[in-house]
Amino acid sequence: MKHLLSAGDLSRDEAVLILDTAAAMAATQERAIKKLPTLRGRTVVNLFFEDSTRTRISFETAAKRLSADVINFSARGSSVSKGESLKDTALTLQAMGADAVVIRHSASGAPHVLARSGWTRGAVLNAGDGTHQHPTQALLDAFTLRRHLVGRRHGTDAAGQDLAGLHVVIVGDVLHSRVARSNVELLHTLGARVTLVAPPTLVPVGVEPWTCEVAYGLDDVLATGPDAVMMLRIQRERMADGGFFPSPREYTRSYGLDARRLARLPEHTIVLHPGPMNRGLEISADAADSPRAVIVEQVGNGVAVRMAALYLLLAGADRPTGETE
Amino acid sequence: MTAYLLTGARPLGEESTDVLVVDGQIAALGATAADTAVDTAAERVDATGLVLLPGLVDLHTHLREPGREDAETVASGSRAAALGGYTCVHAMANTSPVADTAGVVEQVWQLGRDAGYVDVRPVGAVTVGLAGERLAELGAMAQSHAAVRVFSDDGRCVADPVVMRRALEYAKAFDAVIAQHAQEPRLTAHAQMHEGVVSAELGLAGWPAVAEEAIVARDVLLAEHVGSRLHVLHLSTAGSVEIVRWAKTRGIDVTAEATPHHLYLTDELVRGYDPRFKVNPPLRTAVDVEAVRAGLADGTIDIVGTDHAPHPREDKDCEWAAAAFGMTGLETALSVVQAAMVDTGRMTWADVARVMSVGPARIGRVADQGRPLAVGEPANLTLVDPAARRTVLPGEQATASVNTPFAGMELPGRVVATFLHGRPTVLDGRLVRPGDR
Ligand SMILES: [Zn+2]
Repeated sequence: MKHLLSAGDLSRDEAVLILDTAAAMAATQERAIKKLPTLRGRTVVNLFFEDSTRTRISFETAAKRLSADVINFSARGSSVSKGESLKDTALTLQAMGADAVVIRHSASGAPHVLARSGWTRGAVLNAGDGTHQHPTQALLDAFTLRRHLVGRRHGTDAAGQDLAGLHVVIVGDVLHSRVARSNVELLHTLGARVTLVAPPTLVPVGVEPWTCEVAYGLDDVLATGPDAVMMLRIQRERMADGGFFPSPREYTRSYGLDARRLARLPEHTIVLHPGPMNRGLEISADAADSPRAVIVEQVGNGVAVRMAALYLLLAGADRPTGETE
Repeated sequence: MTAYLLTGARPLGEESTDVLVVDGQIAALGATAADTAVDTAAERVDATGLVLLPGLVDLHTHLREPGREDAETVASGSRAAALGGYTCVHAMANTSPVADTAGVVEQVWQLGRDAGYVDVRPVGAVTVGLAGERLAELGAMAQSHAAVRVFSDDGRCVADPVVMRRALEYAKAFDAVIAQHAQEPRLTAHAQMHEGVVSAELGLAGWPAVAEEAIVARDVLLAEHVGSRLHVLHLSTAGSVEIVRWAKTRGIDVTAEATPHHLYLTDELVRGYDPRFKVNPPLRTAVDVEAVRAGLADGTIDIVGTDHAPHPREDKDCEWAAAAFGMTGLETALSVVQAAMVDTGRMTWADVARVMSVGPARIGRVADQGRPLAVGEPANLTLVDPAARRTVLPGEQATASVNTPFAGMELPGRVVATFLHGRPTVLDGRLVRPGDR
């Protein structure tokens, strides 16, 4: 694994290895001294062309806990204004000796362009590109699902296991969601069954080959008793540009997760949300704060998964053969 | 007196013969050509096995001058055209300033004459500043030295149905044609690529086929209503082919164009996010490519236009969303048409002459281009070696830009010589400067 660009690039075994490595990383985070010497002397650049304090802090924390040097580079240039060009920025970072570039960009495919261009010799980690992919989000979601639904069910550590047999429902703005795209690919790779639920206006034309089912009615899908429900963020600005649904009220009525819908789910079903939440729109406050919601835990798991990804990309090649954590 | 004897050429791919060119005209064909050549001390050009075509005519070229000389100039684009086998190109109006006045079209026309590699026929804008609101002075441009007969807001669609109707009507007065870039603007806001399976996966905003087809359907009906000529630029979808086919059976005076890239490339190429494949209208699906090929073969689509759209490197050396739309095409068009249509057995070289020379000249009302290969006709000629194969190397092209989607691909056919009004602009595949002969 030279780069981490798309969740779909990962094989089942690679994905399980990342989850297992993340489990080991998470264990170290229980200790009083959380810092590991693993990436000492390596430089990780957080290259954020799009604001996301949450994701940047998560990657920064992950890199620092592995003792890497971290450079944060915020280039707010939008793709349209081309304020700071991707190329010039990448060349600058290359001159600083970046071993890994964590890139967040509003343009779909920007990490792919960076990885292909030769502008940087470092590993490229996609931290979210446009409406395309967000692979570490999908990995942290898979990690969270495995912890709750696989480890617990079997009463053992879930190391080495995938998500075979689980049914995950993803609800909301699929059209504009990189989280949905990454999750559909990764969860399928890991053996889970995925159902997307959205109003038809928020399902992309051309969704047919995706490795999932698509439904328009949330209540019918929840009635099948899924193991997990993932609520996607609805961006209010989508309303102005396109009128994808008639009103926030109607959206909430049809697709919002509230106490009423929550109560009809099986007892073991967990609720996920990639954050930040619009309480009262796609998820009600009582659903967000219910014991089934693992949303806060997702944040902590994000650090462990990103530690694992950085470790495997940067230190992985140096590991003696046979060592498996 | 200048004279050239092309020996062993195969007119339209048929039986080989000798062709004598004297003072800008085809002076003799066959056995008499060689005899007459002795008297005229003609320079001999060995054309053994080469296909002789009437000089190619492009109805859709972006020469970028005035305004974007960093991408192309009339001179550099003219050289690229000659090397591609062209003797006439129509320069699109979306320059800066826009070619929406007699002054600008005459400037472009004069730059073409100064360059001297091809006849440059300026296209005039339909509306002032390409804004789609008020008609530009079509009459002044038609009556200028540039004698404009093709009007287009290409790059933008004349979306307002009333403006389009008026343009179609008004152009009748000087036998001009309105060439439409069919793109419903509201359906394509922020569009980045063909809307379908690939765009869904890549997370790029979709450019749906219906946004083209809706305008094509509207425009053929408008053309029928007012009894005008309509030309559909760069038709790219299976649905558009069907609509044009229907319109023609109804007797509507519509012509249509396909680009080489829509005959050869699909949206699958976008998967690597390489902006060389970003173009408007976008690359479509294999089903569309097949429909466009079938439409070109059966005459539904009248011509091939390159939509040669050079861009400076920085406009393609970036992320997909930031990149400019467009690809170069003058120096690869004939090879792509050979690969897509001739080598697949769907068209003959006579058909190639029809769609790349005769048809475009007729639509553009260019009297001395796209003529038969006969004695007394103007000697605008192209010699192509259909057996050659070549790898496209962007850095070695004459266009000032490198945004060819065919870079690194091996394509059949090579232009060996081009004659403009009896004078070679290309010999042995190399440019001949206008003063040199
Ligand atoms: Zn156009």
